[in-house]
Amino acid sequence: MVAFLRYLINGISLGSVYAIIALGYSMVYGIAKMLNFAHGDIIMVGAYIVFCVMVYLSMPPFLAVLAAIVVCTLLGIAIERLAYKPLRQSASLAVLITAIGVSYFLQNAAMLIWGSNPKVFSSVFNVGNLRMLNGELVISSEALLTIAANIIIMIGLTQFTSRTKMGKAMRAVSEDKGAAELMGINVNRTISLTFAIGSALAAIAGALLCSTTNPNLVPTTGSMPGIKAFTAAVFGGIGSIPGAFIGGLLLGVIEIMAKAYISTELSDAIVFAVLIIVLLFKPAGLLGKPVREKV
Amino acid sequence: MSEIKTGAPLLRVHDIHVYYGAIHAIKGISLEVYENEIVTLIGANGAGKSTTLNTIAGLLRPRQGTVELNGENINGVSASKMVSRGLSLCPEGRRIFQQMTVRENLEMGAYSRPAAEIEGSLEEMFERFPRLKEREKQIGGTLSGGEQQMLAMARALMSRPRLLMLDEPSMGLAPILVEQIFGIISELHASGVTILLVEQNAQMALQVADRAYVMETGVITMQGPAHELLHNDAVQKAYLGS
Ligand SMILES: Nc1ncnc2c1ncn2[C@@H]1O[C@H](COP(=O)(O)OP(=O)(O)OP(=O)(O)O)[C@@H](O)[C@H]1O
Ligand SMILES: [Mg+2]
Repeated sequence: MVAFLRYLINGISLGSVYAIIALGYSMVYGIAKMLNFAHGDIIMVGAYIVFCVMVYLSMPPFLAVLAAIVVCTLLGIAIERLAYKPLRQSASLAVLITAIGVSYFLQNAAMLIWGSNPKVFSSVFNVGNLRMLNGELVISSEALLTIAANIIIMIGLTQFTSRTKMGKAMRAVSEDKGAAELMGINVNRTISLTFAIGSALAAIAGALLCSTTNPNLVPTTGSMPGIKAFTAAVFGGIGSIPGAFIGGLLLGVIEIMAKAYISTELSDAIVFAVLIIVLLFKPAGLLGKPVREKV
Repeated sequence: MSEIKTGAPLLRVHDIHVYYGAIHAIKGISLEVYENEIVTLIGANGAGKSTTLNTIAGLLRPRQGTVELNGENINGVSASKMVSRGLSLCPEGRRIFQQMTVRENLEMGAYSRPAAEIEGSLEEMFERFPRLKEREKQIGGTLSGGEQQMLAMARALMSRPRLLMLDEPSMGLAPILVEQIFGIISELHASGVTILLVEQNAQMALQVADRAYVMETGVITMQGPAHELLHNDAVQKAYLGS
């Protein structure tokens, strides 16, 4: 029983990281209608920035994460401007291939700058652990922080898109760029803002990922979590904020449970099998809206 | 109503050419709209009516020719800056935001205006379109076709345009709703809104308009006071089915 609870909390914590990444994936998809496969690599860049600022500049973790957010936000905006914006009218396959190219570019650039030897990440947020059930159940502060960050981000984004003028404009752009433009909404700026938000979230996810489950930081660190988070976004319903949240959590829990009770080697296969089964019954994902083709 | 207008036009389109890649869709058309007029642009499917409106609205760029609003050249002004210059297009097919509520759709219409002014305009729209008031919190996609058209028109009016362009507002509506939409257009005109109206329903359009232009495959073939075109033999044959 205690073991199950421990797995569950680990699953939720890992799932929270996936959810934060998935939110970025999903927002960018919803607005730019493209899969930004470089999203995972922005996580990696964020993690390296946190590492460098903490280790080389001996700054406190809080400032390190802040620096990572700033760098990743600018990086996200720059990538959109330089790589994706010129292809706004092109076939989606061209954009997809470009995104894969950007992904490799970031990985190779990281290899050049930081080398391929792992940087051993020390936790950003260790303030002691929470002990429960007479000390049998230990919950790390990182896990709690990750879960809290995820919930805050989810609520924040929901409020932003439903209450603020900019957030509503974002929804308008995601539905119909031409109509949004006729309203006076600057579509290019809205897309930039979306990339900025998604990339800032990726920076936070990078810090959390390396603090909780992935302390050995290498240039390919972002790939697998990126793909899993993409899966989570599809699982929950791509383009939907609560969908990314639930998809991420479920994916994390399924992965940890599969590792614990079935097989470590097969855990990823099981995760994807669940995804396929869900999509067979709900092609738009758990919370996705079925696409209504306009006539 | 249809006396010769003097002074400078509110909108002046001069000899524009618009291309879609290699397709030459608009082949040098010129038209004017004066303050407080309803001008209609009629023509068969594919004549280039929507292309003309989209070009005026800044969604498309003319390769040649000029568009002037109030004497100012607005070639190359992006569509998103057009609203704050007083131009509003209610596009073909309504294009309301399906996932947003009626109220949010209207708020988007007023995107370029200061937040403090929006509440007043919302009230104004709800007064003009009481159906929308009842459905304020309803999601746009769940409205009926007629309600969606009213929402699209109200949304376009939320920017308080000097010139309102309507692209086939009666498309796909039952006759009774068509009557209603044209009633609203007349009311808007009476309250001083200047309108450029594109329509398939030439009969109704010519009845509400002051002046009309007839388009055929990218060029304007006829123009004049609406009531004259309404009784013109060629127009009757081609567009009024008599
Ligand atoms: N996006 C596009 N790409 C290529 N050609 C286009 C495009 N849009 C319109 N056209 C072509 O330009 C011409 C004019 O089209 P437009 O939509 O302006 O006609 P319309 O008069 O509005 O017709 P309708 O009454 O059917 O709405 C047509 O021949 C059409 O095929
Ligand atoms: Mg048309």
